[in-house]
Amino acid sequence: MSDDFPPLSLNVPEPGCRPGSTPDFSDFEIPRAGAVKRPPTDVDPDAIRDMAFSIVRVLNKDGEAVGDWAGALSPEELREGLRHMLTLRAFDARMLNAQRQGKTSFYMQHLGEEAVSCAFSRALRPGDMNFPTYRQAGLLIAGGYPMLTMMNQIYSNADDPLHGRQLPIMYSSKEHGFFSISGNLGTQFVQSVGWAMASAISGDTKIATGWIGDGSTAESDFHSAMVFASTYDAPVVLNIVNNQWAISTFQGIARGGVGTFAARGHGFGIASIRVDGNDYLAVHAVAKWACERARQGHGPTLIEHVTYRAGGHSTSDDPSAYRSKREAAAWPLGDPIERLKKHLITIGEWSEDRHKQAEAEILDGVIATQKQAEAVGTLGGGKAPSPRDMFEGVYETMPPHLIRQRQEAGY
Amino acid sequence: MASMTMIEAIREAHDVAMAADDRVVVFGEDVGFFGGVFRCTAGLQQKYGKSRCFDAPINESGIVGTAIGMAAYGLKPVIEIQFADYVYPAYDQIVSEAARLRHRSNADFTCPLVIRMPTGGGIFGGQTHSQSPEALFTHVSGLKVVVPSNPYDAKGLLLAAIEDPDPVIFLEPKRLYNGPFDGYHDRPVTSWKNHPKGEVPEGAEIVPLGKASITREGADVTVLAYGTMVYVAEAAAEASGIDAEVIDLRTLLPLDLETIQASVEKTGRCVIVHEATRTSGFGAELMSLVQESCFYHLEAPIIRVTGWDTPYPHAQEWEYFPGPARVGEALKKVMEG
Repeated sequence: MSDDFPPLSLNVPEPGCRPGSTPDFSDFEIPRAGAVKRPPTDVDPDAIRDMAFSIVRVLNKDGEAVGDWAGALSPEELREGLRHMLTLRAFDARMLNAQRQGKTSFYMQHLGEEAVSCAFSRALRPGDMNFPTYRQAGLLIAGGYPMLTMMNQIYSNADDPLHGRQLPIMYSSKEHGFFSISGNLGTQFVQSVGWAMASAISGDTKIATGWIGDGSTAESDFHSAMVFASTYDAPVVLNIVNNQWAISTFQGIARGGVGTFAARGHGFGIASIRVDGNDYLAVHAVAKWACERARQGHGPTLIEHVTYRAGGHSTSDDPSAYRSKREAAAWPLGDPIERLKKHLITIGEWSEDRHKQAEAEILDGVIATQKQAEAVGTLGGGKAPSPRDMFEGVYETMPPHLIRQRQEAGY
Repeated sequence: MASMTMIEAIREAHDVAMAADDRVVVFGEDVGFFGGVFRCTAGLQQKYGKSRCFDAPINESGIVGTAIGMAAYGLKPVIEIQFADYVYPAYDQIVSEAARLRHRSNADFTCPLVIRMPTGGGIFGGQTHSQSPEALFTHVSGLKVVVPSNPYDAKGLLLAAIEDPDPVIFLEPKRLYNGPFDGYHDRPVTSWKNHPKGEVPEGAEIVPLGKASITREGADVTVLAYGTMVYVAEAAAEASGIDAEVIDLRTLLPLDLETIQASVEKTGRCVIVHEATRTSGFGAELMSLVQESCFYHLEAPIIRVTGWDTPYPHAQEWEYFPGPARVGEALKKVMEG
């Protein structure tokens, strides 16, 4: 009899903190730095299942690098990494402001997540291919892609390499191993697996990386990527950037109340690791481990970068409407730039003065580049791509119907 | 020249392309060891190895998504969706990704990809093995859409599609796989043997994309058709005694408007036939184009004969299918108008 059962009710998860309440991360388990051991790259994924529930961390609260994931980078490399993150942050601040001034339609910043893409970039080799989302511009900044070209695209001016067709920040650079960003969420994750399969089919030595946000792991493309990656043992590193928020939706809506995003890999037999995404050294060490694993033919790795989106989702977003303004400051993994700076000072390779000087120099460089870009044009002002450009490149050879339409449009 | 079925012609196109170019890879559901449920890829895995022809998980968005990644790498994937009816999970990858990659990246990345799928009805496949979704693809900028109607064209068009630098949707009318079909379902089936278009040249001869073919010359009315409907239109013309000119469009996008225009200007009348549902079907586009380009030559309103706007039925297949009787009625009506 149905009367024997109580009425059912729907569970809709809620975050721990909304505007007006006090952020509380006390149930967020953070292992101490150095606690998670570094397994060999040919490890059986089954033997490291616990790594999907822990967090690889290198920097401790005193700014020391500890444990067997430490020691991969020289002080000079670390200073370079710090400069990359400072550059990305300064670039973001200027471009965010440029959007507020009406010089572009839209911008997305990386605030608080700079370590993820900047540190990962260092583990890759020329020819490898990233399939990024819109919040991995550190791959370009750290990879040496010209900032002027990025700004020209953001401004959709006459020097925009994509001729005004694509949204600002949806960059594309085959030369720099950066696959064209779609803007549709999740689609690139399975494409990265295909690219990696192609490398294996061709007997190549290159690997691919896929990138996805915590929210978009709910897309079926995530499942597709995992099925294909595990079935064909593709040489791919699949990255989930868990920055806690998908616009206004907290990560629990995509993940449910238990487990971790990394643990999603277990059902597929994929090596799955969580890493402190605000720890430049840890991100680099785990990226290097996973890339080596892929390159050695041991198959895919799923990495969950645990971080926090300290800014809005985009310039169209106001996070104070759905989360506490104090939450970013309460985030227990801190700020990636502050942590690397502290480490370099701790080991005697950096100082407050040098940091201030570096920040000033970097900002001057960004402003100078910005002036160059703005001298060409900004959205709606200066030199713009030709309307003719929108008809070009739909196909390699323009078919008759498009030629007719272009003529009809007057170009 | 050798006599072939459409299945054999498609298989041979794969074979020729794979032999000529290591970058051609073939995969899909049941495509590897077994050679596909319609056997279009039979023997390819045995001949070219498992890394160039393999079975895929039952995941159409994954099949297309990985193929896009492979194409971006520099391979030329030729993939099979088991039935056109199963392509919808891959629609986002096709529309938002494959079709736009060249444009949005300014050709930094491109997508030379062929997506094959059996289409159309006439096999009692019901609503999940009979659909004709071509208009869902012709509506998308960046795709090419091809529908062969015979073994000769199937091989040549498939080779052209594989050579093409952009993504091509290749719809194979499954009722034509083993023989031409004119819609007289109660008559004995015919095979490609002894049919002139069943004679297929050896080697890598292509049939260019974007070129229609006049399969029956006539003076009184132009019939625009593709796939199975080409034979239905020819049969209707024979049965009605009307001097119809039948154009097999072969490629829907880019469309050979020149051939259509020349014919309609000559005949002054036009009937459009397709299996797909009517509303927003490709016939609507054809009708608009003929009206725009030939209005002052038209002597009667253009008529469409199509599948009804219902899901493809099972038991009522022949009431749904636009057979020679319905096409014949349209021919008579357009001659009166």
